[in-house]
Amino acid sequence: MLDIFTCAFWSEYGQLLLQGVRDTAVMTGVSTVFSYLLGLPLGVLLVLTADHGIRPCRAVNRCVGWVINIGRSLPFLILMIAIMDFTKLIVGTKLGVRGAVVPLVVSAAPFIARMVETALNEVDAGVVEAAQSMGASTFQIVWRVYLPEAMPSLILGGSISIITILAYTAIAGSVGAGGLGALAIQYGYQRNVPAMMLVTVVLLVVLVQILQSVFSRLSTRIDKRLK
Amino acid sequence: MSRSIIQIQHLTKVFPTSSGDLTALDDVSLDIQAGDIFGIIGLSGAGKSTLVRCMNLLERPTSGTILVDGRDLTTLSQRELRLARRDVTMIFQSFNLLMQRTCLQNVCFPMEIAGVSKARSRERAQALLARVGLADKADAYPIQLSGGQKQRVAIARALATDPKVLLCDEATSALDPTTTSSILSLLKELNQELGVTVVIITHQMSVIEEICSRVAILDGGVVAEQGDVQSIFSSPSTDAARRLVYPGGVRVEQVPPSSRAVRISFNGGTVYQPLIASLAIDCGVKVNILGADTRDISGHAFGTMLLSLPEDPNDAAKALSYIRSQPNITAEEVEYHA
Repeated sequence: MLDIFTCAFWSEYGQLLLQGVRDTAVMTGVSTVFSYLLGLPLGVLLVLTADHGIRPCRAVNRCVGWVINIGRSLPFLILMIAIMDFTKLIVGTKLGVRGAVVPLVVSAAPFIARMVETALNEVDAGVVEAAQSMGASTFQIVWRVYLPEAMPSLILGGSISIITILAYTAIAGSVGAGGLGALAIQYGYQRNVPAMMLVTVVLLVVLVQILQSVFSRLSTRIDKRLK
Repeated sequence: MSRSIIQIQHLTKVFPTSSGDLTALDDVSLDIQAGDIFGIIGLSGAGKSTLVRCMNLLERPTSGTILVDGRDLTTLSQRELRLARRDVTMIFQSFNLLMQRTCLQNVCFPMEIAGVSKARSRERAQALLARVGLADKADAYPIQLSGGQKQRVAIARALATDPKVLLCDEATSALDPTTTSSILSLLKELNQELGVTVVIITHQMSVIEEICSRVAILDGGVVAEQGDVQSIFSSPSTDAARRLVYPGGVRVEQVPPSSRAVRISFNGGTVYQPLIASLAIDCGVKVNILGADTRDISGHAFGTMLLSLPEDPNDAAKALSYIRSQPNITAEEVEYHA
């Protein structure tokens, strides 16, 4: 165990670990961006088309809800394998960082849609009604009322989403994607280097801690209800 | 010559519920004159909020027409309706300010919606905040304000698009009596300065008394009575009106057995006449006050008193004719029901 403090360990694995952190960061970051590009509009759509929303439409609401539930009911590992052909179609490969992004997005977007839905539902219906009474259009209500008013909650939801995606990248690592998860499995488990297992786990823990505290602080700082 | 700013004709609103249709408003017709302060009063569940939401079509009526300044809102397209809503703005019981925006940004909000330039809307918002007495709170967030201050910001915001009508949905119900008074007098001032028609929805008679010139009484989705506040206060002709004007007030059942009772109404004499004292002095007849509920509406005395007449029929007749001879007082004998 003590060999993590030796130069030999770091000269052998330092480069790998650095690459692992980089891959994990890229997979997490890129997947989070694309998941929000997909999940945020879906979440908004769910809120607008709900029975008490400003554009109620039961058919759309049920359809979107149904698709989201299907996406959320598949465990990530199974989904990743199940859609491999689709992944290859989109990014040209089933493997590596690129291959991991597609299943990560497919898996996280529905999760994010629900997260966004919950955050937007916290916005006081009276404030939305006030905006309607001033003649605001649906777009204006989304852009100038729902999103800014829900921003602290959206950011907290963001921390949950990004940490979930980070955890998924480790799973993806076991099926050919790179990153810290892959290192933990290949070296820590298959080649039996316990120090690698320890270091990757510590790095993941540190990443999660950093993400959580950055997002929490940001949410608190921008929330004008806490002054 | 005044003109109608809001005319509601045969308005009906039915909400379908799982346990059958609920008729919130039933054939309501109202006529609100430009420049008025019009009160709509009713107990909770009477349909007040639904009615006021029909005036800017936040609720679409099941049938009937809503004319605002001569235009039927129910026939407008979505786009036209959004434009029309700038003329009929609203304040709310829970203020409904944007919590993530400063007061100034809140007042700018309707102007952003309307596409007013940033510089112009900031300038106008400053002026409006100054008008409602909150110039120094421009950069404060709603969480830092008291209820009364929040409602002032909401009023400034509602006036931003220079509306013809300001709808107030229980706007003072969440405020203490002193703050309520100050908000009501602000509304009255704005009504006089800007000529904006004010429609006040409330369940508090005191609010109507304080600033309204005309009132409609809503009861179970139906307009029970509408007219001048003074005439409705002095002689409420329906049960719904009496319940509101004299809540828990004088009832015939309070008359003790074996005596005759008379209900007298003060119909707005300029001074509150010392009727009972002068009755005793001028006629030598003593009467019992069984109950009284009188109030002062802009310097005029209104209300009723229930008197028990003396047992002696001559004294009773004397007292009755004396009371009837007084100006601004009407008397009706009330039967006692065992």
